[in-house]
Amino acid sequence: MTPAAVSPVGIRFENIDKRYGGLYALRRVSLEIAAGECVVLAGRNGSGKTTFLRIAARLVRPSSGTLTFLNNMQRADTELSQTGFVSHATMVYDELTAEENLLLFARLLGIAEAPARAGTLLEEVGLADRRKSLVRTFSRGMRQRMAIARALLNEPSVLLLDEPATGLDPEGVSWLAGTLRQMRDAGRTILTSYHGESEISALATRAIRLEAGSLIADTRTGASLPSILTFAGG
Amino acid sequence: MSLLSNAAVLLGKELRTEFRSRELLTTTVVFILVVIVLFSFTFDPTSSESRRFAPGLLWLAFLFAASLMLQPCFLREQNNDTLSALRLSVHDPFAIFLAKLMANTLFLVFTQVVLLPVFSILYNISVAGVFPQLMLVMLMGSLGLSVTGTALSAISAQARMRELLLPLLLLPLLTPVLIASTEATAALLDAKPELRWDWLGFLLAFDAVFLTALWLFGEYLLEE
Repeated sequence: MTPAAVSPVGIRFENIDKRYGGLYALRRVSLEIAAGECVVLAGRNGSGKTTFLRIAARLVRPSSGTLTFLNNMQRADTELSQTGFVSHATMVYDELTAEENLLLFARLLGIAEAPARAGTLLEEVGLADRRKSLVRTFSRGMRQRMAIARALLNEPSVLLLDEPATGLDPEGVSWLAGTLRQMRDAGRTILTSYHGESEISALATRAIRLEAGSLIADTRTGASLPSILTFAGG
Repeated sequence: MSLLSNAAVLLGKELRTEFRSRELLTTTVVFILVVIVLFSFTFDPTSSESRRFAPGLLWLAFLFAASLMLQPCFLREQNNDTLSALRLSVHDPFAIFLAKLMANTLFLVFTQVVLLPVFSILYNISVAGVFPQLMLVMLMGSLGLSVTGTALSAISAQARMRELLLPLLLLPLLTPVLIASTEATAALLDAKPELRWDWLGFLLAFDAVFLTALWLFGEYLLEE
């Protein structure tokens, strides 16, 4: 797959708080991700990674603080369709076929050549021969490939991934890493949670670590990157 | 992509998934059929008695069936977090509501078309002469049930006691629809049938108010 070049988009988080009742899921998180960076987000279970990613996807509204998408002129860019999001859940319909799912979301996104785009993505994720099968008949790994295909439909400038390797076998993880590498090389901004997959960490240009909702470490590729990621596994 | 074209795409999805699984339609038709048949066993109605109480009974059955049918409307979207996928894909979140309420209205009207002949036979009331007018009342009443029910379904889907919450919120709120629909139906089933525009106007106003509220505030109902 050779992803189309995109106009670079960065993300700025300013003093982001997220509270659920009295519980802080995120506490004063400030961070700027430059356009084209590939950032891995590390942290133990419950550290706030999912909340952080869902706020970045604008699915969750922060209790306070601001989130800004920045175009290459460092101006606010609010075009929501530039974001692709992979969640814990597959975000596709079990009662629709693989092709119907991709066509549905492609049409909602206003993609001009929806059938062609859906067909191309099914080829790329290795599900072309199952295009007419209902998603409920798929294995977990196949569903995850569908989830990734859905997120890539609109050729997003920003790709947000929450545990993208869930359910993938080693071959699938390698495929995912290859896909993300191409996305990164095409100038896309990638923010992904990390659960010990060395292929994913090898792509990182930056690593950040959350602990109890606070940002406690942030480093560019270099000597301290592996230590943050190793720490993440704990 | 415009609101209407997004809603049309989503309506297609709603119809396709329902006709593939047939979960909602089967449950709703069977539920209303059971209620109508059970009530017909409890007494032996003459035509004049039926004209008096049957419209109310019919709309009560529709109301309870609607509360059953509307329950999974947004719950289904939570299974695989597809609601998030929809929110990320549509330009205006109202398209999600619009598609769901159109689908719910169609399902209810379909149920009514199927069950009206059964009702007519069991309760000794001929509906043949007023069928088009009756369908207009059914459509307006069903729209009222669907608009309110779809909004409340979005609220209750995120609550802890969701199975209990929807009927508790829905049934009192739909009392005006129940009264107006029953009165309009009773007037049509009378010995001298009459289309009551005042009650239809009331239903139209109810539908318009709730639809506007949903358009203005629906986005907040979908937030996590």
